[in-house]
Amino acid sequence: MFDDLRDLYQEVILDHGRKPRNFRRLEDADRVARGDNPMCGDRLELFLKLAPDGSIADAAFQGRGCAISTASASLLTETVKGKSQEAAHALSDQFRTLAMTGACPECGATLADEMERLQPLSGVHEFPSRVKCATLAWHTLNAALDAAPGQIKEASSE
Amino acid sequence: MVGGGGVNDATLASSFDIERIRRDFPILAQTVRGKPLVFLDSGASAQKPRAVIDAMVRCMEERYANVHRGAYFLSEAATEAYEAARGAVARFLNAADPREIVFTTNSTAAINLVAHSWGRGVMQPGQAVLISELEHHANIVPWQLLRDDKGIALRVARVTDSGEIDLDDVAAKLADGKVGLVAMAHMSNVLGTVAPVERIIRMAQAAGAKVLLDGSQAAVHRRVDMQALGADFYVFTGHKLYGPTGIGVLWARLEHQERMPPFLGGGDMISMVTMERSEWAPPPAKFEAGTPPIIEAVGLHAAIDYVSAIGMPAIEAHERQLVDHAMRRLTDIDGLTLLGRAQDRGGVFAFALDNAHPHDLATLLDRAGIAVRAGRHCAEPLHSRFGVEGGTVRASFGLYTTAQEVDFLAEALTKAREFFA
Ligand SMILES: Cc1ncc(COP(=O)(O)O)c(C=O)c1O
Repeated sequence: MFDDLRDLYQEVILDHGRKPRNFRRLEDADRVARGDNPMCGDRLELFLKLAPDGSIADAAFQGRGCAISTASASLLTETVKGKSQEAAHALSDQFRTLAMTGACPECGATLADEMERLQPLSGVHEFPSRVKCATLAWHTLNAALDAAPGQIKEASSE
Repeated sequence: MVGGGGVNDATLASSFDIERIRRDFPILAQTVRGKPLVFLDSGASAQKPRAVIDAMVRCMEERYANVHRGAYFLSEAATEAYEAARGAVARFLNAADPREIVFTTNSTAAINLVAHSWGRGVMQPGQAVLISELEHHANIVPWQLLRDDKGIALRVARVTDSGEIDLDDVAAKLADGKVGLVAMAHMSNVLGTVAPVERIIRMAQAAGAKVLLDGSQAAVHRRVDMQALGADFYVFTGHKLYGPTGIGVLWARLEHQERMPPFLGGGDMISMVTMERSEWAPPPAKFEAGTPPIIEAVGLHAAIDYVSAIGMPAIEAHERQLVDHAMRRLTDIDGLTLLGRAQDRGGVFAFALDNAHPHDLATLLDRAGIAVRAGRHCAEPLHSRFGVEGGTVRASFGLYTTAQEVDFLAEALTKAREFFA
C-alpha cells in the first residue's frame, strides 16, 4: 500500500527517526537554540560545544518530532561535528536548497560528502507540507550559531 | 436534541440513501494519487453539495447587488435573499425570532463579537468567564484577551480522563457566583464529546451565569433547538455545515443584543450618523457592520435546505451507526490510542499510533487517498491535558462518510503501523 513512500521514508530516515544519534542535552554547551514548529507541535533544542578554534566540537539535540524532523536533526548533529562555523552555515544553506528542490546544482565539491549523507532527506521536496519538518533542525542550527554565549535563541521553520 | 437509538435509529438510517447523497457532492467523485478520495476531514471543513454551489452561482448570475441600500429590483431581490437566509437559520435553530440571528464571518468572529460586546460592554471587572479544557482556540483566546483587557477572570473546567466535562468541577467553579458567562463547546472538535449542555445550562442559570455554546461541531451533527435549550448565545460556522466559507452565525437573545454595544462600526449598523455621534440600528443590524456575506448567506441557506431535506435526525442516526462502527474498528488496532471515550459522542476521532508520529501517519494515509488531519487541531491545551503535545491524527465524518471508508482507514492504519515497525 505504501511502497512508493520508501523514497521519502528511506531506511536511513526510519533508523535515525527511531534511534536518533546524539539525542541528549549538552550540559556544557557553548551555543543553544530552540526550534519550534507551532503548526505541528514539533520542537527541538540544539546544543553546540565549540573547540578553542571556534569549530564545532560536539553537537546534540533533544525534543520531539516526526520521523523526518528527528532524522534530520540526528543527521545534522553527525554532519556538523568537526566543521567550522562557516562550513556549518554553508551546509545549512545547501541542505535547505536540497530539501526544497530535491537537488543542489550549485553545491560544488567542498561539502560533497556531507551532502551525500543528507541525500536521503531530499525526498521531502515532493511533499510541500513536510519540507519544514526537514528544515527545522537546520533553521535551529543557524540560530544556535548566531546566538551569543549564554543566550538561548528561538527559531522556527515557518 | 433528538436522543434515542435502537429501532428508531435503524429506520431512520435505512431511509438514508448514502449513494445518492454522495452523488450530490461533486468533489467526492475524484481520485487522489490514483485512489478514490476518502475524505475524513469534514470536522475542519465539509465538502459542498451541488445545491449549494448552484445557489451561489445563481445568486451571482441572476440576483446579485448590495443589500439594504438600493431601491431597485436587484438590490431588493438580494436583500430578500439575504433576509430569507436569516429566516432559514432561525428555523434551523428553532429560534423564537429571526432577529436573534446575527450573520458573522465564522464561529471565531461570532465568539469574538460576544467577548467584545458582551464581555467588555456588559460584564464587570471581578466577574469570571468559565470555559473548559477541551475548547477550540476560538473559544479560549477571545476570553484571554478579555481577561487581560478588562480584569475579568478566566476559569477552566477540567475534562475527565474519558474526555467528558467534569461537572463537579463546573459546579465548584460556579459556586462563588462570580461567573458571568459559561462558554463551552457543544461538541469537541477533537474528542467528539457531546457536552451535557442541558445540565450545564441549568447549573449556570442557578449560579446566575449566562451561557454561550460553541456549536461549530454540534450543529452539523444534531438538531439543536434554541427554544428548548435555553442558552443565551449559540454560534456555528457555515463551512462545516456543507455551506461556503466566509459566513458564520451568532444566535443571541434579543434582550442581550439590546444591551450589547456594537462590535464593529461602519455602514449598515447605524440609524443616524453625524460627525459628532451616531445612533445604532436595531438588532441584529447593529452587529452587521459593512457589506455582509451576501452570496455566502445564500449558500448557507441552500446548505440548510439540503440538510433539512435529509433531516437532522436521519443524519444523526447515520452518524451514530458510523461512530459505533469506527469505535469497533479503531479500538481493534494494536498500538492505537484513542483520545477520549465519552458516552455521548459524535463522528470525530483523534488518535495516536505507538510507532508513528501523527505527521508521518498523515503522509502515509494521504498516499492511500485518505485525507485526515495531523496536529493539535486548534486545541493545544487539550492535547497537553492528555499528554500528547506532539499532536494526534484526527478523522472526522460528514453525512457522506461511509462505513467502507472507515474500513479503509482502519486497514491503512494497520498497514502504516507495519510500515514503521
Ligand atoms: C469547536 C470549534 N470551534 C470553533 C471553530 C472555529 O471555526 P471557524 O474557523 O470557522 O471560525 C472550530 C473549527 O475550526 C471548531 O471545531
